[in-house]
Amino acid sequence: MEMLSVQNLSKRYEKFELKNVSFALEKGYIMGFIGRNGAGKTTTLKTMLNLVHADSGKAVVFGKEFSDNELAIKQQIGFMFGGANFYPKKKLKTVTSVVRRFYNEWDDAAYERYLKRFDLDEDKKVDELSQGMKVKYDLTLALSHNAKLLILDEPTSGLDPVSRDDLLELFQELIEDGERSILFSTQITSDLEKCADFITYIKDGKIVASTNKDDFLGSYKIVKGTVEQLTEETKHRLIGYKKNAFGFAGLIKTENLPSGGCLDVFAADIESIMIYFEKEQKD
Amino acid sequence: MNIVISNTSDKPIYQQMFEQISAQIIKGELTRDFCLPPIRTVAKELRISVITVKKAWEELERQGFIYTMVGKGCFVAPLLPDELGSKRNVLAYEKLKKDIEYYKVLGLSLSDILDLIKRCY
Repeated sequence: MEMLSVQNLSKRYEKFELKNVSFALEKGYIMGFIGRNGAGKTTTLKTMLNLVHADSGKAVVFGKEFSDNELAIKQQIGFMFGGANFYPKKKLKTVTSVVRRFYNEWDDAAYERYLKRFDLDEDKKVDELSQGMKVKYDLTLALSHNAKLLILDEPTSGLDPVSRDDLLELFQELIEDGERSILFSTQITSDLEKCADFITYIKDGKIVASTNKDDFLGSYKIVKGTVEQLTEETKHRLIGYKKNAFGFAGLIKTENLPSGGCLDVFAADIESIMIYFEKEQKD
Repeated sequence: MNIVISNTSDKPIYQQMFEQISAQIIKGELTRDFCLPPIRTVAKELRISVITVKKAWEELERQGFIYTMVGKGCFVAPLLPDELGSKRNVLAYEKLKKDIEYYKVLGLSLSDILDLIKRCY
């Protein structure tokens, strides 16, 4: 069952345009949303949630059009955009007492559990928290009302490696029963290698790929060879490449691999796929 | 059931899982009707994608190592000793075929390879 379907979402700004963004996420899976700074990740997430009005297109959540059922759908969504920064002079428990009122299914037990898990002190004030702690507090709020769909903008940014690993483990625990889905954007591609089921890659406001991680990784290869092997024909096949004094390395679609096998072929990881895609302007 | 995943290996993770589990079935470490853990639990425990585990299980099923009972899970298939033997031969043949390609590239002849095998065995 589809939990989220984004259909032809477009939004034009003076200097940036979101162009026909479409992707879908099924129930019970984790989708990682990647792209460079300014590629349109946050704009996409905000447009989906009607925090920014789309010029055209729509988001369908739990089978219903978001804009027609906003309040009901938001009850079942947990979302976070950056760390908590509202009411900086208030204690966490004061902020919580405000937020909890918005949700019919607020779950105190879950809230307490996450406070403990994230080592948060309710008596601290918001502006006494480190960036990582703010993210953890924001996540705690997003997780404490039985949300079926989590939409998280860079939830791992500002977290140390141990906390990040703990968070990714939590994501996998959350989807284990197959009832929830998570869509999260990140700059840290190893987060995705660890836990994502699907990858959606956005570049300059357009979706480059949205598919399961194994297919995504399998559809690209890194090739390496000597400078002489970097012929015009080879260049033409490559998505992007880098030359050095001793040879070259480039990214290629698996289906475009030249036969004959004189180039060294390696598996591609998400990071190198992104780097070569963004280096499309060759030489 | 033991599974050791290498994230740095060139081999896809589903392939690693398939090879290890099928080997355990062939060696008799996993016996008939052994119930494999739920896909989502395996994914969580090994910190890999649910889809990867599904793919490994599908491959095991396609090659007759396990069977699925809807709503109950996946189980090791009841294989006769000669079926196990022929599956073992198929796996060994595929692996050997790939290795031999490599030795050929190195310029080894059949008798060179046989000598090597005898020395290593």
